[in-house]
Parts: sequence; C-alpha cells; structure tokens
Amino acid sequence: MDDRLMTRRRFLNRMSLGLSALAGAVVAVPIVAYLLSPLIKPAPNVWRDLGKVDAFTVGEEFQEITIEDPSPLAWAGETAQTAVWVRRTAADQFIVFAVNCTHLGCPVNWLPGARLFLCPCHGSIFYADGTVAGGPAPRSLFQYQWRIQNGTVQALTRPLPIG
Amino acid sequence: MAILRRIYGWFDDRLGITSAILPVIQHPVPRGVNWWYVLGSATLVAFIVQVITGVALAFSYVPAPNSAYSTLQFITHQATLGYVVRGIHYWGASAMVVLIFAHVIRVFLSGSFKFPRELNWLTGVGLLLLTLGMAFTGQLLRWDQNAYWAIVVGAEQAGRTPFIGNWLAEILVAGQTVGGATLTRFYATHVFLFPALMFLLIGSHLYLVVRHGISEPPVPGRVVERSTYQRWYHDLLERDGIPFWPDAAWRDVIFALAVGSVVVILAVVIGPAPLVGVANPTIVHANPRPDWYFLWYFALLALIPPSIESWVIIGFPLLVVVALLILPFVAPFGERSPRRRPWAFALVLLPLLTVGVLLQKGEVSPWSPNFNPQPIPAQVVAPLSAEARQGQALFDQEGCHNCHTIAGTGGLRGPNLTTVGSRLSSDQLTWRILNGGNNMPAYNTLLTPAQLNQLVVFLSAMKSPSQAAGSP
Repeated sequence: MDDRLMTRRRFLNRMSLGLSALAGAVVAVPIVAYLLSPLIKPAPNVWRDLGKVDAFTVGEEFQEITIEDPSPLAWAGETAQTAVWVRRTAADQFIVFAVNCTHLGCPVNWLPGARLFLCPCHGSIFYADGTVAGGPAPRSLFQYQWRIQNGTVQALTRPLPIG
Repeated sequence: MAILRRIYGWFDDRLGITSAILPVIQHPVPRGVNWWYVLGSATLVAFIVQVITGVALAFSYVPAPNSAYSTLQFITHQATLGYVVRGIHYWGASAMVVLIFAHVIRVFLSGSFKFPRELNWLTGVGLLLLTLGMAFTGQLLRWDQNAYWAIVVGAEQAGRTPFIGNWLAEILVAGQTVGGATLTRFYATHVFLFPALMFLLIGSHLYLVVRHGISEPPVPGRVVERSTYQRWYHDLLERDGIPFWPDAAWRDVIFALAVGSVVVILAVVIGPAPLVGVANPTIVHANPRPDWYFLWYFALLALIPPSIESWVIIGFPLLVVVALLILPFVAPFGERSPRRRPWAFALVLLPLLTVGVLLQKGEVSPWSPNFNPQPIPAQVVAPLSAEARQGQALFDQEGCHNCHTIAGTGGLRGPNLTTVGSRLSSDQLTWRILNGGNNMPAYNTLLTPAQLNQLVVFLSAMKSPSQAAGSP
C-alpha cells in the first residue's frame, strides 16, 4: 500500500466524519435553542388585579386570590393560574405572599384561628408576617410586589420562587 | 413438510438464522447459572410490557394541561378495560423498578461487574437512572395534584444547584411557572427521549452480555485476574458450557411469567394509581405525595437537618451516581464471591434498611400537620370544667390539634399530649406555649392571657388514668 493511497483514504475518512459532524451540529443548533427558549424568551412580568381595595377588610385575615400567569398558553387549563395569599394590613397597606413554601415549594395553608401558615409536605410553619415559626423552611415566605391603581390592588407576577 | 422446509430454507438463506442468529440465542453459558440470573431478563420483559401498554395508553392520552386529566379519567372509567391497561402500566412500572434494583444488587454481590464486564455495568447504571427517570416523569403525566406539586418540588431541588440553579429550574418547568409548556416537556421525555435512550442502552447491554458471556457463579478463592480470566472463562465454556436457549433460558421464561402474572393480578384487583384531582395551582388544600419510588426521598428531605439540606439535595444523588460509575474501576479484579467481600453485604443492606425505614416514615409522614383532625372523644371532653372546655376549643382553633395528638386524634408532628397534665406543671405548659421551640411556633403574640390560661387549664386536665382517678 503506497503513501498516496493512504493519504486519499485518510482524507475520505476525515471528510466523511467531518461533514457528518458538521451536519449534526447544524441540526443541533435550532433544536437546542428551541428547547432552551424558556430561558431565551422569558415571559415579561405583568401587573394583575387582585381585587378592589375595599373588597379586603383591614385585619389579620389572609385571602387566597387567583391571578393569571403572564402570557399563558391556550391549552394551559387550570395551570394558567397561580394563587397568592393577600392580607390588607392597613387602609393602603397590603401583604402578598406566594403560596409556595420556601422549603420545597408545596402550597402553604392559612389557618385562620391559629393565624399561622402550615405546609402539608414537610411541616414548615410560618407566622402571619411570613417569618418561619418551625420546620425545615430556610427563610420567610416569598412576597409579591403590589400597588394600588384606581382603587384596585394589583400584584406583579413573578417566577416560581426558588428557595 | 418438504415445502415448509423449503420456505424455511429460503428465509434462512436470506436472514442467516442458522449461521448468525441461532449461535447468538444458543451461545454457551456456564453450567452453574441459576435462579439468581433471571432478574435482568425479567427487567427487560417488564420494559417491553411498559412499551406495549404505554403505546396503548397513548392512543387516548392527550398531553395538554387542559385535557390530560380528563383523558386519564376516560381511560380509567370509560374505555373498555382501560382500567386494566393503566393498571398494568402502573404496576409494571413498580415491577421494573424493583427488578432493576434486584438485578443491580445481584450483579454487585456476585462481583459480576468486574473485568472484563465494566461496560456491562456502566450501561446497566445508565438503564437504572433512566428507569428512575421514567418512574418520575410517568407519575407526572397523571397531571393530578400530586403531579403538579412533584414538578414544583423537583424544580425547587434543581434550583438549589449552585450558579445555574434558576436556569435548571426554568428549563425543567419550561418557563417561569408550571403551565401549558410543562406537561409536553415531560411527555416527550417519557414517551420518546428516555425510551429511545433505553433501547440504545439495552441493545448495547445485551450485545456486551453476549460478547463477554454471562458471569459464572462466584466461588470463594477464585479471583479475577487480567492476564488469565478471559482465557479461563473461554475454556470453561468450551469444556462445560450449556446453550443459553433453552437450557438456561427456561428459568427466565418461568420467572418473567410469574412476575407478569403478579402484575396483571394487581392491575385487576387493585388497579392503577388513584387520580387525586386535576393539577390546579389554586387549590392549596393539597396533600402532595410522590409515588413510592420517591417517597423515601421525600421522607429524607423532611428528616435531615435544614442546615445541610442543600448539600444533600445536590450532593446525595451526585455521590450515588459517581459511586456507581467508578465502582468497576475501583474494584476491577480479585475476589468475586460475596463471602469474601462482607463489606458488599453491608453496602447493600444498609441502604436497603434505610430506604425501608424512610418509606415507612414517608407513608405516615408524622412531620406533616393533620389538617382535618378528628374531634377529641366525648369521654375525654365530658368531665372537663367550663374553663377547660374553652381551652379545648382553643386547642382546635389555634392549630394545636393539627400537630398534637390527644386520645388518638390529631397530628403527629409534636409530642402526644394525651397525658401531658401528668408530665408538665402549669408553669411549664405556659412557658412551652409562649416560647415554642423544637419546631413549635411561639404563641406569645397569638394568644391573649385569658386564652393562654384556658389552654393551660385544659392541658393540665389531660392526665394519665391512674392520676386522674386519684385526683378529686
């Protein structure tokens, strides 16, 4: 086998492998970008109505309010919604908590009598001001930004809070 | 008959049945192959059953959040024998998880992962992880409350990864919140991506099994050496091998049929996993629990100290995977017999025992509050004074009953208070209630002094029967 034949064979080998790899890379670019599109094109956060200010009585009670996610997909069904815990602390003051426990995200329940939030998963407990009263939760409940517009209290949507 | 033989001859010539396929099916295996060698093939049979029932379910299942749950209800309650098909898929998944772990344990204990079968082990590890991935993604497709919160909990765990946690969480749920794009992501993973990878790995695994041969049952003192093992094994097969089919395979057939029968019986008698209400983020009165394969991990996350939790969430799975991957390179030669490797038993028994205990704990979940405690029995309440009864009402109203048991009712989170009046004085009770601690909230701002007093009077009345009888 002479050297020239070896060179030709080596060339054909490398050309075939190289072109195949290139084709693979070209196809991979749109696929990877498509799969990562939640990162590349995140939905902008928007203000959502929680209700008329007067619909909330000043006091210690939390109310569960449902808000729509920013730009939900048509087939999202029930999951187009997110719940928040809302309390009117003074005439023009509100607290809006995410329902997600700061431990691993399970939904905390408000116990009106005890004035505590309890998590059903691993038993974290929070006081009415959101601070940890017990259990494995590492930090206070996550809050939503809120504002009052024309007598309506609104919350700014936010991503799933990560502890 | 002659015509049949000619037809067979035609196909044999074109397909190479006699020259290429039969030698593989009848490849020689060591004579000592026994009932411990049926677990791998049974796992494969479980996988095939999962593929077939999975394809059948996909004929009706719609992977969109606004319809997935109702299509499952249709499959379960309306479609002819859909209940059984879903049941087989559900119990088949459990069977596959159990069988693949049993297979890994057998291979580990008998040292079959050693030279020259390192890649058999590694492809098997890949299949083990993919099987767990299928178990996780499969339970999500139910799109019930458990599925919804399992995704949230999964995303929260991914979110603990240093630096890229938030990105990982967003890729996992396909957006900032669990929504329309999330379910299809897990659906495509469960029915296309993971199965395709599993087909590839199963093909490689079987090829390697045939190439290196089924490991002979270990004998104490017979060590694996690089220079001699392959020749010695080859001679063993030459000298004393038996054809895999049917001399060894009949056990695989019998065992797989037995497993299949159990799966079908469970599917018919118990049926598929219950559907616990459509995934709905606005119904916070949920009691999310993973399927049993992850219930032990759910329990682990409740029981470890919060300070080391992030390390465990990221480090524990990583450690297990790395340990599995490096095993055949750490111990490639030497003794295979488990009798000469006592630590191998410890490495199997300790995790099994731990998982068993955690599963039991997860089933009870004593750390979770009881949101709907039964009322305290009348015979306990009846003899109480008016003030103590007001305290009893507060015990329910203030959430005490959600975490504490009295007379067999209530939560398991805190100490049982059935006889607390015999253990603690009024002062001690007052101090505990005001200051909390050990996961109990401090009630100093939550109770008025009068309420506190009523509660203490009530709890002081909760005495053990001997003391109660002795008191006036």
